Amino acid sequence: MSPSSSLHLAVALDGTGWHPASWREPVARPRDLLTAGYWADLVAEAERGLLDFVTIEDGLGPQSSHFLDPDERTDQVRGRLDAVLIAARIAPLSRHIGLVPTAVVTHTEPFHLSKAIATLDYVSTGRAGLRVQITARPNEAAHFGRRTIPRIEAYDSPDTRDLVTDLFDETADYVEAVRRLWDSWEDDAEIRDVATGRFVDRDKLHYIDFEGRHFSVKGPSITPRPPQGQPLVTALAHDTVPYRLVARATDVGYVTPHAADQARAIVAEIRAEQAGAGRADELLHVFGDLVVFLDDDPAEAAARRDRLDALAGEPYTSDARIFAGTPAQLADLLVELQEAGLTGFRLRPAVLGHDLPAVTRGLVPELQRRGAFRRAYEADTLRGLLGLPRPANRYAAA
Amino acid sequence: MTKPLKQIHLAAHFPGVNNTTVWSDPAAGSHIEFSSFVHFAQTAERAKFDFLFLAEGLRLREQGGKIYDLDVVGRPDTFTVLAALAAVTEHLGLTGTINSTFNEPYEVARQFASLDHLSGGRSAWNVVTSWDAFTGENFRRGGFLPQDERYSRAKEFLATTNELFDSWHGDEILADQATGTFLNDAKAGSFVHTGQHFDIHGQFNVPRSPQGRPVIFQAGDSDEGREFAASSADAIFSRYATLDDGQAFYTDVKNRLAKYGRSHDQLKILPAASFILGDTDAEAEELAKEVRRQQVSGATALKHLEFVWNRDLSSYDPEGPLPDVDPDVSGTHISQGRAQVRMYRDPLATAREWRERAAANNWSIRDLVIETGNRQNFIGSPATVAKTINDYVQADASDGFILVPHITPTGLDVFADKVVPLLQEQGVFRTEYEGPTLRDHLGLAHPDAEAAGARVAS
Repeated sequence: MSPSSSLHLAVALDGTGWHPASWREPVARPRDLLTAGYWADLVAEAERGLLDFVTIEDGLGPQSSHFLDPDERTDQVRGRLDAVLIAARIAPLSRHIGLVPTAVVTHTEPFHLSKAIATLDYVSTGRAGLRVQITARPNEAAHFGRRTIPRIEAYDSPDTRDLVTDLFDETADYVEAVRRLWDSWEDDAEIRDVATGRFVDRDKLHYIDFEGRHFSVKGPSITPRPPQGQPLVTALAHDTVPYRLVARATDVGYVTPHAADQARAIVAEIRAEQAGAGRADELLHVFGDLVVFLDDDPAEAAARRDRLDALAGEPYTSDARIFAGTPAQLADLLVELQEAGLTGFRLRPAVLGHDLPAVTRGLVPELQRRGAFRRAYEADTLRGLLGLPRPANRYAAA
Repeated sequence: MTKPLKQIHLAAHFPGVNNTTVWSDPAAGSHIEFSSFVHFAQTAERAKFDFLFLAEGLRLREQGGKIYDLDVVGRPDTFTVLAALAAVTEHLGLTGTINSTFNEPYEVARQFASLDHLSGGRSAWNVVTSWDAFTGENFRRGGFLPQDERYSRAKEFLATTNELFDSWHGDEILADQATGTFLNDAKAGSFVHTGQHFDIHGQFNVPRSPQGRPVIFQAGDSDEGREFAASSADAIFSRYATLDDGQAFYTDVKNRLAKYGRSHDQLKILPAASFILGDTDAEAEELAKEVRRQQVSGATALKHLEFVWNRDLSSYDPEGPLPDVDPDVSGTHISQGRAQVRMYRDPLATAREWRERAAANNWSIRDLVIETGNRQNFIGSPATVAKTINDYVQADASDGFILVPHITPTGLDVFADKVVPLLQEQGVFRTEYEGPTLRDHLGLAHPDAEAAGARVAS
């Protein structure tokens, strides 16, 4: 099932913004990146714009301009805080917006992450999500010393394909274990029955007995089922293998089409996989990712991009389409891509201090005028904002 | 010359999954909703407490192969709830219990350094170890660690996280927008650790946090645990909250510090303690008895007897006499996932002694469990409790207490309202926070200052 309501908007928060020279803009706050106040201000701005949610980037090693290795550069933002904890720190300071931190699954424990996101759901009263990410970086494997990730030498070799498939298969297992743990407590497991002295009805606590190729988890969780039942699970996908993960295991997939035709093809592939996985009647969002430079004058947006590229010493490239223009032009593009089958967008502001307010104060009113975006928050939970029902517990007797 | 008065340190332990927590009381609220944590933390901060303390257990307890259902079950993720509490408090320290067996140093160091940044320097880590395959079933590696290696892993885990915390010095980020230099050191965060338990290298990605490192707590009581604390901890969470036991423990641990080149004030000793307050001492005694009966229902009494008997005793009447049958000392223990069962080293002798005491006093099973179980540590009027706490601290039975109320989340309110003002009047407890970080509250030096001091001294 694909959603048909007005489009959904998220912003992706990362450092001072997605352009590597963004920290050099006067509006950037590069010295505040490790403070709670910085993130609180960004989320407050996003919430002012009635956005569905923010994502927060993360990684288990230093940021790098190289795909596989640290770059030892000193001219870009380096160092970051744990994204789940940033989200938790912001949760009590916000009321409506969803909080979707990134978590790397390759080296972490599903048991720990499951209870962390469940707890994020408690502290945000139903606004938690999770973006799962793999890492194929050998240096990050060495930070844990538990497994060796073979070095990717050629992107199109069979070995690379096997490695990537394996990492995504493990991610699917990971998400399955996390989801089972969220359901391992039925909603009414806590009974506080003074007469029998029982705090819980243990028949409503369930071993998940997950056994996969990379790990097994017994359960139940130590944390009761979170307010949303199942917090949002999301993933970024660029190819068939990750599209399959999106289709089988997530609630929102982020994809990176550069034009409407490409968007149509990606959505078709994901919908086919979704049907193949027996999820045809479940709501699955496919969001388009876009890097945005927004100014009221299109020439100014282009000039800003050029200026930042000059500071960086090279043109900024991205997996996602890079848009530079006015909020109205961006609204045109989003509507066109929505017609191609995307249900929402995750915008990556080139400079957070500039392009986030341009989204909330420029793009959002533009979309509202066209009847394509909400005028007030209409639900109390993140699932509610996205039109996703609170799911039944897989372990509960029907 | 009289000895100057010691300042008392006080902390609040969010009521946990033991039978000390009375969930059946009409006043008892949620153990999982964030609003309970907010109330509890803000009460502790209003009372100028040093910190809030959270325990942890990574598998639901079982007894007789079934999930134990008589106590509170369920708790939040420690790091996540502490990070959220940082948003609703300004000064209160945030201490989390994190296991060194079912975690990895890089991830735990990231989480504590992040929590320290996000709380402005208020994080603390109670380092615990376990080894059991029971808990291991929830994790990738399973029960991989032999029992006798748990402290060796814990020590190396802590040493490794310290290397990660110290891999940034705090002056690397220039963020000079004019020149375009963000970092002054391309190798910031570099580390190499090669040891028995960890062989890791690379770059740590969280820059130096306000406290440098989280404050380190240790809770083990064995000789090995005490030695670990003396060598590496800033504070001990002990269970000796009586005067004699407290003094013995205090002297023992503080005397171990010298061999690690540490002074007495570099390790705080903070026993866990429960309390019952009444308008008068007599009223408090009455209330304490009532609470003990709430804590030990008939069903709970039978389950506690099973810890010793190691048999299913569900057919016994808790209001009747103790079982004639002897404890089963043959097989695996009936209870899994709790530390308490290790306390009964000789179940046959314990059973014999308990039968004799029950017979002599005409106690039922439930009476016996109530009488032999832990009585509340401080019972009395506010004046009595304030005096007792102060006497213990001045007599070096501890440096303060980690208080655990029996009611969630309001059980601390009366202590904050009635006892703390008395301690403040006596000049032994702060009336305002003196600094922003938990190290400030505990009178602990920043690790950089300590390192500088050591260099000057040598």
